Amino acid sequence: MADTRDIELTVNGESHAANVETRTSLGDFLRHGLGLTGTHMGCEHGVCGACTVMVDGEAVRSCLMLAVQANGHEVTTVEGLAEDDGTLNALQAAFWKHHGLQCGFCTPGMLTTLTAFLRDNPDPSERDVREAISGNICRCTGYQGIVDAALDAAKTMQKGS
Amino acid sequence: MKPAPFTYHDPTTADEAVALLATHEDAKVLAGGQSLMPMLNMRFVVPDHVVDLNRIDGIAGIRDAGDHVEIGAMTRQRDLMRDAVIAAKAPIIPAALHWVGHFQTRNRGTIGGSLCHLDPAAELPCLMALYDAELTVQGPDGARKLPFAEWPLAYMLASIGPDEILTGVSVPHWGGNTGHGFVEFARRHGDFAIVAAAALLTIDGGKITRAAISIGGADVRPIRLTEAETALVGAAPDTEAFKAAAEIARGIEAMSDAYVTSAYRQRLAATLVERALIAAANNLAPNANGSA
Repeated sequence: MADTRDIELTVNGESHAANVETRTSLGDFLRHGLGLTGTHMGCEHGVCGACTVMVDGEAVRSCLMLAVQANGHEVTTVEGLAEDDGTLNALQAAFWKHHGLQCGFCTPGMLTTLTAFLRDNPDPSERDVREAISGNICRCTGYQGIVDAALDAAKTMQKGS
Repeated sequence: MKPAPFTYHDPTTADEAVALLATHEDAKVLAGGQSLMPMLNMRFVVPDHVVDLNRIDGIAGIRDAGDHVEIGAMTRQRDLMRDAVIAAKAPIIPAALHWVGHFQTRNRGTIGGSLCHLDPAAELPCLMALYDAELTVQGPDGARKLPFAEWPLAYMLASIGPDEILTGVSVPHWGGNTGHGFVEFARRHGDFAIVAAAALLTIDGGKITRAAISIGGADVRPIRLTEAETALVGAAPDTEAFKAAAEIARGIEAMSDAYVTSAYRQRLAATLVERALIAAANNLAPNANGSA
């Protein structure tokens, strides 16, 4: 018999109740349980950063957390980042403008990581941004477009606030 | 890349956690999960039971106790980096934590998890060796305390029974005119260090009055460089004294592995100890006992 638990959590502002097998990672639950396939599972041992989501506002690896541990918590995935009308938010728009993605596999983790980072560091240096994404592996862009996008988004967000 | 099935337990008290461990064979304790979860995912460990400490109240948090700081085992690495008491009383902890993984893993990773996992190159065990912090371990017969010097038994093996949990550590505050230095070398930022060095120096009237040096990553457990510490006390904090300490570091026992020879680790230890001492002498912050 599989060991299961009933959990309740909020994902992108929406409440969900589910019965999960306790060994299921939060990332797998988001993808397979809720159909939110924007979160990408890469290495599944905490190295690549692709599966990063925000739990109670803090960026974490969803492969290194069990779904059952998110019981009672608030999760934000890449699907929850756009503006209410569906348009790209400042960070997403900056990724588009600066060619901050090619294949897109790392992008959800980059966006969730940088969302939490820019909230806590609204005026980062290039070095700060590079350190912030040092735990997110991108094999396409060489990172330059991502760094440019983050720095540009920080400026846009500061003007907007 | 998915964990094998296990039975999950999420006790809400330390007593309950210990009781679960005492009654269940083959249980693993889950703290922040930044080391255990990869090992579960890769099935390097296949426990029958997982006892999750994340819902236990009272074993997380930081308390200023005057001449020492009490840190709950489930305190997240992120919270150690942001805490005002730690910044005032043990500023080497946030300085070293910048080297630990990445900010996403520090958001989950705990001090207790790192100390129990006891990777030879991990920064927090190196710091607890530096301070010879006192650890509190709870088991079926109650709590016991032990100095960090007695904690590592062998490679990644801590002095903790299968029915015990680490609940907290007590880090002594070095008062007076104390400076700290933490340096390490790794191939990529966020990787485990090949060698790390930590130093504390108290200086009074132009002389070193108290010194501690620890080296991580070189051997199976952090090394305290007591011979160099003794030699430094009474000396002026100058290049000559630091080079002499570095020469002692060069003589430590060091591991060889597929990537790095023991001779290279010894050489790194010498370089890094000298740099840690220079950093410590350069960031002296007068810091009266008891003030935060």
